[in-house]
Amino acid sequence: MAFGPFLLLATLEGLLQAAVLTLTALGLSLVFGVMRVVNVAHGEFYMLGAVFAWWVASMFGMHPAVGFFVALIVSPIIVGAIAFASERLILKRLNYDPESTIVATIGMLYIIQQTTLLTYGPDARPVPAPFYYRIQLPWFGYSGYNLFVIVAAIVMLVAVWFVLSRTRLGLIMRATQFDRETAQAFGIPIERVYAFVFAAGAMLAAIAAVLIVPIRQAHYLMGLDPLLLSFIVVILGGLGSLRGTVVAALLIGLSDGIISVFFSPTLAKMISTLLVALVLVFKPEGLFGAKAR
Amino acid sequence: MTASRTMRVIALHVAVLAALFLVQFVLPDYHYLAMTRVMVLAIYAMGYNMLFGYTGLLSLGHAMFFAAGLYGAGMTAYYTDLGVPLAFLIGICCGALLSLIIGLVALRTTGVAFMIVTMMFGQVAYLTITYFTDYTRGEEGLTMPASARNFDFLGLHVDLTNAVLRYNLALALLAITLFVILILVRGPMGRVLIAIRENEPRTLMLGFDTFRTKLGALVVSGTISAMAGAAYGLLFAYIGASFASIQYSIEALLFTLLGGAGTVLGPLLGSILMFYMIDIASEYTAAYLLVTGVALVLLVLFFPKGILGTIRERWLPWLP
Repeated sequence: MAFGPFLLLATLEGLLQAAVLTLTALGLSLVFGVMRVVNVAHGEFYMLGAVFAWWVASMFGMHPAVGFFVALIVSPIIVGAIAFASERLILKRLNYDPESTIVATIGMLYIIQQTTLLTYGPDARPVPAPFYYRIQLPWFGYSGYNLFVIVAAIVMLVAVWFVLSRTRLGLIMRATQFDRETAQAFGIPIERVYAFVFAAGAMLAAIAAVLIVPIRQAHYLMGLDPLLLSFIVVILGGLGSLRGTVVAALLIGLSDGIISVFFSPTLAKMISTLLVALVLVFKPEGLFGAKAR
Repeated sequence: MTASRTMRVIALHVAVLAALFLVQFVLPDYHYLAMTRVMVLAIYAMGYNMLFGYTGLLSLGHAMFFAAGLYGAGMTAYYTDLGVPLAFLIGICCGALLSLIIGLVALRTTGVAFMIVTMMFGQVAYLTITYFTDYTRGEEGLTMPASARNFDFLGLHVDLTNAVLRYNLALALLAITLFVILILVRGPMGRVLIAIRENEPRTLMLGFDTFRTKLGALVVSGTISAMAGAAYGLLFAYIGASFASIQYSIEALLFTLLGGAGTVLGPLLGSILMFYMIDIASEYTAAYLLVTGVALVLLVLFFPKGILGTIRERWLPWLP
């Protein structure tokens, strides 16, 4: 294959990576933005999304599309419920102290991951794609489902943007993010907002995972990579900033996809991680933005 | 700090070391080896505690320092004929150098950003080891050659396959670490570290160069962790990429939290308890890391000061 088509293939892979990454990172960013909680268990919610997708899809034996679209609804709801419960049971009791919540979410990471190992097992299991359509380009064939993932991610992004900037719910979330105490003084039920945001963040990761699981398989250790990449994206883009997250996810997703195709995935990860280090050197306060209020 | 209090502190630590020395005469084979490992891991956790417990900086990438010592020493012993003692020193130097570089970069950040940045660097270290898999053999790792097991040092013949020698070497390293840390944290540097932990802007305002002190603490912490890594690789004749994984960084945090962050003996106690808890759990299930998760959540929810931290708060205020 010539260089041009090869680059096109790499770019398409990168776009796919970027689409999934944007959704996952957005969840992490939302949780940090509003709650000031770094959720190390975020990758495990992603993994749970994929595992529940397999579970739901395997129950609907009819057409793969039925199982898939039911999973796309059911799996995020289950994951959201788990996140909601863990927020009530653990994070709330810690009073959202940054250090304690990091340690607690590390604990949650292990609990979720190992419980999955106990119940779902160590195997990677595939979920059939809802449809097979091959787009034949002059140089190579490309799966139509991959394009569907990219479009679906864009639709989700627009939906999140709409909720955040055009609805009352979004206004409440932004008010909480801007000034927790004043928002509370105005009668906003902060605690309910926090629980909702934590669940919503986990659900975004779960949706991303359901979308990607027909391409990659569901495995109990699949949460680590998206977690680290989301951290990179969120640091580069500035936490809590929707636009920054999207731009950084595109940048990291594309470069990751392209470097992975041309060189090796390990090298791609090393480079993007070091990129974050450079950002922190040249911007000492980090791109973490404003200090916690 | 009165003389009698100093005596009491020294007596306590000598007693702990004496107990570890004496226990080797009654331990069965399996636990003999296990305790040797635990002591090396305790050194690692004590290094971690310098940064987390005393300075209040939560690092999630300390495995990279352990791995720097492990690979610095292990690769030297494997690929060169410089000899084991020199390899051990090289391992420590690798850790010191790495912690200096990481410190200069990572300490520009504070709070949450510091935790994430150290985690990222730890991951880069892990990826680097797996990337150069031709030399490191990645996850599979390297087993030390016979020349690194038997060697002559200062006219003495050292046989590292000898379990008794290994136990006592580990104990000696633990003793050295214990007293170095004790002297550091009870001295002027330790007080500045604690001041930084409690209120960094105020410490800065009082005229202390907090960046330098934090850098110093990170280098001491990283170097001690690297020494543990170097000792681990050489004593047990194996180096592998899994020692650089995030999980290993979290283990140091867990050991420290359980025993009591900011207490000299806490990491040792935490290492012993946690090692055996995981060991027992792994007999029953492949998902033994569940213990790690549950322990972390329970500790942070109900027992944030750890065992010795709570004891110090309630009964023994003089505990260092």
